[in-house]
Amino acid sequence: MPQPDVKPGRLSACQYTSNFSDAHPPLTSVQALIEAERCYYCFDAPCVNACPTGIDIPSFIRRIGEDNLRGAAKAILEANVFGGMCARVCPTEVLCEQACVRNTNEDKPVEIGLLQRHATDHYFKNPGAPMFTRAASTGKHIAVVGAGPAGLSCAHRLAMLGHDVTVFEAKPKPGGLNEYGLATYKTVDDFAQKEIDWLLSIGGIRIRHGQSLGAVITLADLSLQFDAVFLGLGLGGVNALGLNGEFASGVGNAVEFIAGLRQTSDYAAVPVGRRVVVIGGGMTAVDAAVQSRKLGAEEVTIVYRRDQQRMPASKDEQDWAQLNGVTIRTWSVLKSLDVEGGQVEAATFASVHEVGGKLEATGKLWSIEADTVLKAIGQTLVLADPQLARLALRSGRIVVDEEGRTTLPLVWAGGDCTFGGQDLTVEAVEHGKIAAHSIDRALGIMRGGAEFKRVRRAAA
Amino acid sequence: MADLSSTFAGIKSPNPFWLASAPPTDKEYNVVRAFEAGWGGVVWKTLGEAGPPVVNVNGPRYAALYSQDRRLIGFNNIELITDRPLETNLEEIARVKRHWPDRAMVVSIMVPCEEQAWRAILPRVEDTGCDGIELNFGCPHGMSERGMGSAVGQVPEYIEMVTRWCKEYTRLPVIVKLTPNVADIKPPALAAHRGGADAVSLINTINSVMGVDLDSLLIYPNTGGTGSHGGYCGPAVKPIAQNMVAEIARTAEMANLPISGIGGITNWKDAAEYIALGCGNVQVCTAAMTYGFRIVQDMCDGLSNYMDQKGFQHIEAFRGRAVPSIVNWNQLNLNHIEKARIDQDACIQCGRCHVVCEDTSHQAITAMKDGKRHFEVMDDECVGCNLCVSVCPVPECITMHALQPGQTDTRTGQVVRGDYANWTTHPNNPSRVA
Repeated sequence: MPQPDVKPGRLSACQYTSNFSDAHPPLTSVQALIEAERCYYCFDAPCVNACPTGIDIPSFIRRIGEDNLRGAAKAILEANVFGGMCARVCPTEVLCEQACVRNTNEDKPVEIGLLQRHATDHYFKNPGAPMFTRAASTGKHIAVVGAGPAGLSCAHRLAMLGHDVTVFEAKPKPGGLNEYGLATYKTVDDFAQKEIDWLLSIGGIRIRHGQSLGAVITLADLSLQFDAVFLGLGLGGVNALGLNGEFASGVGNAVEFIAGLRQTSDYAAVPVGRRVVVIGGGMTAVDAAVQSRKLGAEEVTIVYRRDQQRMPASKDEQDWAQLNGVTIRTWSVLKSLDVEGGQVEAATFASVHEVGGKLEATGKLWSIEADTVLKAIGQTLVLADPQLARLALRSGRIVVDEEGRTTLPLVWAGGDCTFGGQDLTVEAVEHGKIAAHSIDRALGIMRGGAEFKRVRRAAA
Repeated sequence: MADLSSTFAGIKSPNPFWLASAPPTDKEYNVVRAFEAGWGGVVWKTLGEAGPPVVNVNGPRYAALYSQDRRLIGFNNIELITDRPLETNLEEIARVKRHWPDRAMVVSIMVPCEEQAWRAILPRVEDTGCDGIELNFGCPHGMSERGMGSAVGQVPEYIEMVTRWCKEYTRLPVIVKLTPNVADIKPPALAAHRGGADAVSLINTINSVMGVDLDSLLIYPNTGGTGSHGGYCGPAVKPIAQNMVAEIARTAEMANLPISGIGGITNWKDAAEYIALGCGNVQVCTAAMTYGFRIVQDMCDGLSNYMDQKGFQHIEAFRGRAVPSIVNWNQLNLNHIEKARIDQDACIQCGRCHVVCEDTSHQAITAMKDGKRHFEVMDDECVGCNLCVSVCPVPECITMHALQPGQTDTRTGQVVRGDYANWTTHPNNPSRVA
């Protein structure tokens, strides 16, 4: 009987260091200047329209070219306070870079993501004088639930507008998926926390940890105690396979695997199977699969139910997985887990094809031996608070209007917990920003001043 | 295959590419390397009078203007004439010429504006066996403070006087190198012509300050805290030089005065343009100082291919062909009407044509059509200014098209006439002639 092969320490210390270093190294100053020169500074630039946060991309690139890196960082951060992280994790190939007019003749867009990272890295290295300041205090106090990109983006903008904010976070660290949900090589050197430290330096934002909604705090209480509430809850649950063997040893969920890797200080201590199978087709699947390889797994296979074109992970992500030795198998649905002595040994898939938009089994089955099976088949909103059930939901997520208003008065929501969009960090940031302005308007704050107007325009 | 050989002011060279009088032609070592690389001739770096040589600064002599990708587009120098003994230079010139008899060896000279000084140096230069001399009336820095270089070139009477002395004291062809630091290039050129010059060469460098160091707020570059204006050259000066060349070429009195074109020549196309503007040959410095000597091979190859393609068997076949196309503004045909046209298949949708036309010109390009991003010229607003063509990043995407006689210019409502009419007879001209 084959023994499961799951163990830590498969690689040498220097292999771990190399494998978990920056996946896409930053541009050098010279490279940045040359790349900046490629930007045409388009009128009504398509890249700006393609950016969920509407960063003025031609301006920040021009400022890089003019040796004004602080100005470049400001152009980025005033539209997207997580511009540093988004420069690392945005699927730019389907957003700004996809819209770049350079694609027409060259098939090689301006490297907007890398230029954004160049500007923000330079700024965060030595921020100097505060870039953003707070408007005169409004005396209003807003509760933000969740210290992820949506919640902190909302909190920062509210603070700028003169409101006080208390952020309630269940986990011990702020950042949400920036801290717990991204592959380590996408954000090295504890960048997520450094970025949040900077974000909080504006003042007026207090984060309380260990504040799980529905357990420690309730929406009803928050609504009573605060002038408004913003829900940036994220998706706390993972979809279940609904198969026997789901709880066998060796079967886990990719979200936890990724979070564990981000929080570890010793990669050599993280066990990984010799043969890993990841079920799913999104970025979580890719992050889990590639990091399994980087921990030393010999065979890593992503299995997705449809074709590669329809995998939620972008083409670049898929290429990245394959470049790292991950096999991608398609048109297959997990049928059963083969468990022996409480330990998973193999996974069996039903081959499927599409008939009239629906998947139908072809009748063929195939199996693959596995020491570890990771499920990455989507996450769910946890409705732990009774008030949440009173909100209009669609596909299990909170329905909001274009300003982020929920169906409850004075309750806004944004990020992955809301319905619509592609569950991108950059979208969550925009949701938070828009909601902050909506809250500001709803609270009826009247004031003037150039600074305030500038902020309003940036949000438009 | 086209014959690239050139005879300029009686001086023969296997191709029309000479290295200008400058650091690349300072000594035997460089000039031999240049000839090995294929240069048709050199103008040896300017000699001064016998005695202790001039002294250069021991700090930055050069500085560059860059494009964003650090391509050198302008260049500045504060180097003086040769700082090596006259005897050394003369020995080397003689030796190089002996070993390279087919190459043009012209010697640049700058001595004080006194007849005796010229009378003393000219026979010694002639003794080297060189092919000609070039009078440096151009350098705008350092030497000009001592009454030489551009200090002479800015006074037509001095030019004529010194040229006359040279024609008297040497049998060699005399090329007068002109400074662009004048209001009008014609009087100095005419003065050289009257003095008997066999040719003129232009331009020398343009007075320039390259910049300010924004940390120290000192002139950049500087020599221990202070700097002096220099002479500007390189690709950025080509349009200025070409105007001056054309001004001379289209002046009837100087129609037969050979011109050696200088100023920003970096490739064969630049050279061909100068030749089409009337130059018998060209001189190059900055491009060599940017890339080294072997560029001459690319220049010769390109010029040769161009001439083959156009059916020009020798340089003379197209020399000066562009000159008649350069006229005074008041001779331009005001009945000729053009409109820009955007090739929608080539357009990459950057919208720069729209925004520059909208903000700074004639509001003649759309940004939207049927609710979609779409850039199209509105003929009823287009004045044919060529701004959109100038800023479009895609070659040939926007082109200018002339309206044909009988067509209506929708901007003015006027029907295009086929005849020629210029400002001199225009009804709006108070000084019009009948």
